[in-house]
Parts: sequence; structure tokens; C-alpha cells
Amino acid sequence: MSSSPRPFFSLAGLRHGARAALPAFPGFVMFAAAFGTAAAQKGLSLAEAMGLSAFVYAGASQMVGLEIWQQVWTHTTILTIMTVTAVVNSRMILLGATLQPWLRHEPLARSALNLFLITEAGWLIGTRYHNEGGRDVGVLLGTGLVLWLVWQIATIVGFFAGALVPEPKRFGLDFVMPIFFSVMLVPLWKGPRTALPWLVAGFVSFVVHALVPGYGFIIAGALAGVIAGMLIE
Amino acid sequence: MSEFSAFITSPWGSVLAIAAMTLVTFLCRIGGVVLMSHVRITPRVERGLRALPGSIILATILPVALDNGFPALITLGAAIAVMALTRIDLLGLAAGLGTLSVIRALL
Repeated sequence: MSSSPRPFFSLAGLRHGARAALPAFPGFVMFAAAFGTAAAQKGLSLAEAMGLSAFVYAGASQMVGLEIWQQVWTHTTILTIMTVTAVVNSRMILLGATLQPWLRHEPLARSALNLFLITEAGWLIGTRYHNEGGRDVGVLLGTGLVLWLVWQIATIVGFFAGALVPEPKRFGLDFVMPIFFSVMLVPLWKGPRTALPWLVAGFVSFVVHALVPGYGFIIAGALAGVIAGMLIE
Repeated sequence: MSEFSAFITSPWGSVLAIAAMTLVTFLCRIGGVVLMSHVRITPRVERGLRALPGSIILATILPVALDNGFPALITLGAAIAVMALTRIDLLGLAAGLGTLSVIRALL
């Protein structure tokens, strides 16, 4: 790591990142469209749905947010939705932790934008590029910007045309996120030893998922994997 | 305080809810970077961080895959196999989607 090249930023990287984001499009379109549809059914205005997609921009927490969305808000319900959002999105702390060495010399404002646009999918694409020796921060930002845009468009489409979408199940599109994730697992493989922490993560996540309702299983499994990685020489 | 209550119960309450969700999500997004800038990255910490991407993937997809049984496992297996052979992510994605739609058409 100490011999790796110094991070930099270029416009060519932005374009590269935008292209590299393509495999994440189907998952983003499906998820955001499903959110837009659910938001419309729940009675949210277009502005409310777009506000969630544009600013919160985190699929699982947007969906959970809908479940506790109110017509009339109180202090308690605002606090509830804030807490639930923080719990669901706490796993993002881990994503940022791995990005720190890459973003260390970046100007603060650009890092803030880059991190505002971070999603698991974009982070995985950026991580792959970084693992292959790339250090252009523009790639991360290019991926982030394009995926954000796709998310907004798909939210609008889902909001207005959700009922018109033909059965996504027929084309396996409801499962597109797990498929994308498993594809992104392949370039991370560096022999069986690298996969040992992954197995720990998978096992812990499976057990937590079976015992505890909610989205806690992801961060529980991920943390278990990190700890296993630290312990295994 | 009562003015604030009136504000929350007005339509502005939704704006406040979105702002609150945005704030905590952004704090989660920057939290890791802020935290790690205060932690010395020892070889041990580096090993842990290196294990994270694969761990997040497994933690996310394994429970979902097992819940959905054999069609899901074969689908993910096909996606991984094609990706491993070609290293082209879009082909891996297409292989997974194709496999699942074929399985569902047959079942």
C-alpha cells in the first residue's frame, strides 16, 4: 500500500467512472422505481418522494422511511424516522472507513460531495478500480454522479408509471441487486485465504437475519468479517 | 416551543423529516472517513478493511439467497462463474438474470 501511487483527480476519471457504473443501472432502476411506486401508493407528493430520493438517497432507509411516514408529523415521529434511518444506514460508516486513504488529500468540499453520493454499489465499483491500482478520485465521483441521476429518473418513472411496469419477476429483475453484488465479488477474490473473513461475515449475517428482524444483519455480518480479517494473519 | 410544534404539524413537517433523514444519513456517509483520519492504519487494521468489501457482499446476499432456495443459488452461481471466466461485469449480470428467468419459466 505504501508503494502505491498518489491519489489524484481528473475529468477523464469522471467519464471513466460514469461508464464503469453501467452494471449497477438495472439494480438502481428497479429499486428506485419500486420506491417511487410505493411512495405514490402511500400518498406522498412527488416533491416528498423526490426529496427523499435526492437528499437521503439510500434505498433501504427510503423504503423503511415509507413504512413510518406520517401525514401529520410530531416531535416523536420525526425522532423515530431519524433514529430508524441512522440504524439502517449505519453500515455506510464502514464504506467511508475504507475510502479514507484514497480521499485523504482531496479538498474538503469535493470529498463531501463524493461521500454524499456514496452507495454500496458505487463504492464496490470504486473499490474494484482502486484494487486494480487506480487512484483517480474522479472515477469515484463519476460513478456517484451517474448513479444518483439514474436514481432520480427511476424514482419519477416509478412514481407515475409504477402500475404500468410489467411483472419484473418474469425477467429476474427483482433479484438484480444480489446478482450485481455476486458479480462484484469475483474481482475481490485473491485466493481462499481472502475469502475466510467473507465466510464468517456470511455466517454471522445469516444467523442475525434468522434471529433479529430488520436490516441489522448486514452491519453485523460486515463487522464480523472485518474482525475476522484483523485476526487472521 | 408551541410555534415549533405548529411548524412540525404543518406540511413543513415532511420537509423537516426529509432534512432529519438526510442529516443522519450524511453523518453515516462521512463518519467512517472522519473516524479513520484519527486512527493509525496498522497492518492489522488494513487487513480488516481489506476484508470489508467481500464481507459486506456476503452479509447482504447470503441470507437473501438462502431464503430464496435453489433458484437463487444457481442464479448467483451462474453470475459468478461467467464473471470469473470473462471478467466482464455486464456479462455476469446478464448470465444471472438469464438463468433466473429460465428457471422461473420452467418452474
